[in-house]
Amino acid sequence: MESIAPGAGFERRSRLRAGEVLLWLAIAAAPLYVPGHLVLASQILITALFALSLDLLLGYGGMISLGHAAYFGTGAYTAGLLAQHGWSEPISGLVAAMLVAAALGFAASFVIVRLSGVALLMVTLGLGLLLFELANALADITGGSDGLQGVEIAPLLGLFGFDMVGRTGFVYAYLVALGAFALVRRIVHSPFGLSLQGYRENPARMAQIGAPMAARLRLVNTISAGLAGLAGGLLAQTTQFVGLDALGFERSAEVVIILILGGGGRLYGGLVGALVFMIGRDVLSEANPEYWYFWLGLILVLVVLFMPQGILGGGAALLVRLRGRAALGEAAR
Amino acid sequence: MTAPTPALATSGLSKSFGALGVARSIDFALPAGARHALIGPNGAGKTSFINLLTGALAPDAGRISLSGTDITEMPTHRRVKLGLVRTFQITSLFPDFTPLESLTMTICEREGVAGRMLRGFRRLSHLADEAHALLAGIGLADSAHAITRTLPYGRQRLLEIGVALAARPRVLLLDEPAAGVPEKESGALLEAIAALPDDIAVMFIEHDMDLVFRFARSITVLVAGQVLCEGTPAQIAEDARVREVYLGAHFDG
Repeated sequence: MESIAPGAGFERRSRLRAGEVLLWLAIAAAPLYVPGHLVLASQILITALFALSLDLLLGYGGMISLGHAAYFGTGAYTAGLLAQHGWSEPISGLVAAMLVAAALGFAASFVIVRLSGVALLMVTLGLGLLLFELANALADITGGSDGLQGVEIAPLLGLFGFDMVGRTGFVYAYLVALGAFALVRRIVHSPFGLSLQGYRENPARMAQIGAPMAARLRLVNTISAGLAGLAGGLLAQTTQFVGLDALGFERSAEVVIILILGGGGRLYGGLVGALVFMIGRDVLSEANPEYWYFWLGLILVLVVLFMPQGILGGGAALLVRLRGRAALGEAAR
Repeated sequence: MTAPTPALATSGLSKSFGALGVARSIDFALPAGARHALIGPNGAGKTSFINLLTGALAPDAGRISLSGTDITEMPTHRRVKLGLVRTFQITSLFPDFTPLESLTMTICEREGVAGRMLRGFRRLSHLADEAHALLAGIGLADSAHAITRTLPYGRQRLLEIGVALAARPRVLLLDEPAAGVPEKESGALLEAIAALPDDIAVMFIEHDMDLVFRFARSITVLVAGQVLCEGTPAQIAEDARVREVYLGAHFDG
C-alpha cells in the first residue's frame, strides 16, 4: 500500500490540495444535482467515514480487522438506545456513540496489539461475532432481529428536523464526515502517522529505531474504534433505526472490500470506495436484482488484479507514468 | 586506577534452545570507540549474540550493561534510546518509504516527538534537514526521494546503516553489513563504517576475512556459543586454535 508520492517532501505532502477542496465542495453541492438521492448520499458519507476508521488501522497501520462492525454497531446501538430512552438530542448522542465504541476499542486493543496475521483475523472476527450474538440474545434491550424500534431524534440544534427527504441528515453526515477526515488527515501527516506507516512497512524494525509501538497501536485502535462508532451513531440517528446488521459480519467484510476497492493508506480510498461500491450496488441491484452480487464480485476481482493498490492507487500510478512520459518528452526536446 | 567503563559489556551471558546452547557464559567488553569484529564459523551464535544484546532474545542467565547501566531486562526500544543500535544481515527497511522518510522517522523517535499526533512536519523541518545531511554523509543524497524498494541493493545496505546512524548510536552492532554487496562496493561500505566518529563503539559480524583484517582493531572469535579467544588482528591470525577451528588453510599461504 503505497501512500507517498515519490519526490514529495514532508511539507508538500501535508499541504491541502485543490482536488481535496473541490471534492468536498462537490459533495456539499449534492442537494443541487441529486436532490432525490440525499438518503443514499448520507449513507455513502457514513460508509466512507466507517471505511476511513478502518483505513487508519489497515491502510496506515497495516493491521487487519474482520470485525470492525463491532465498533460501528456499538456506536449505532449506543445512539439508538439513548434516543429510545428519551435522550434524543443528536450531537451529544453521537458523542456518546463515539466514546462508547472507543472504550470498547481501547479494551480490545490490549489483546489486539499483541497479534498479527491469522491470529489477528480470527480475534477481530470473533469480537464481531460475539457482539452480534450478544445483541441478538439481549432482544429485550436491542429488539433482537426486529431491530431497535422507537428511535426518535430531536431536531439538530433544536432547529432542523430529520425528515424523509434526508436534507438535514445529509448536512449532518457531511459535517461529521468532513470533521473526521480533517482529523485523520492531521494524524496521518504527523510524526505519529509516519511511525504508524513505518509499522505497516516493517513492524519488526520499529523497536530497533526506538519506537514504543504497543502504546501507539493501542491509541490508534481506540481512535479507529471511536470513528467507527461515530459512523454507526450517524446511521442510527439519520435512519432512526438500528438493526442487527449494524453489527453483522457482512458489514465488517463490506468495509474491508470498500477500502481495498478505493485504495488503503491514501486517506480518500474509503470515500472513493464507498462512492463506487454503493452507487454500483444501487445501479446493479436495480438492473439485475437477483445477480448483482455476481457483477460486484467480477468488479472486485478485476480491480484487485489490475489495480492492486485500489482505484486511487491505480490512478496515482497512471498519473506518475503520464508525468514521467511528459518529463521524458521535455527532456528529449 | 580502574579501567574505564566499557561502552558495552556482558558477563556470563547464556541462552539455549533446548540442548542447543547459542550463548554459553559469554563475558565480553566493547571499549568506547572500538572497531571490533565478531567472527566465527556458521552457527557459532554470532547473530544470536546480537539478538541477546538488543533484547530481541531474552537470556537465560547473565547480565548486559551499556556504559555501566544494566539493560538486561530493558525492552529493545529503550535500549535504542540509550544508544544501542543494530543493523540487520538481511536488509530490514521500510520498502515504500523514501530514505528521507525512513531517517526522519528515526530522528523523530530519537528526539521524542514521534508520538505527536497533531503536529505537522512544517515545524519539524529541521529534523528532515538533519536526515538530508545524514544521507549526504553516507553518499545517498541522490536517492533521498527514491522509493526504498527500487534502490539497488548496495544502496539499500547503506540505507540500513543510515537508519541506524539516525538513531545516534553510542554502540553500533552491524550484522554482516557488506553481505550481498558487490565486491567493489564492500570496501567503500566498510570504509564508511571505519570513518564513523570515534565516540561510537562499533562491533561488526563479517565473513570476508580480508575486510575483517583491514578494518577491525580487535577481534573476538566465537565458536559454538563460547568465546574461543580475543585479541588484535595479528594475535588472532597467529592463534593456532583459531586456525584449527575456523580459518583453516586460508592463512597458511
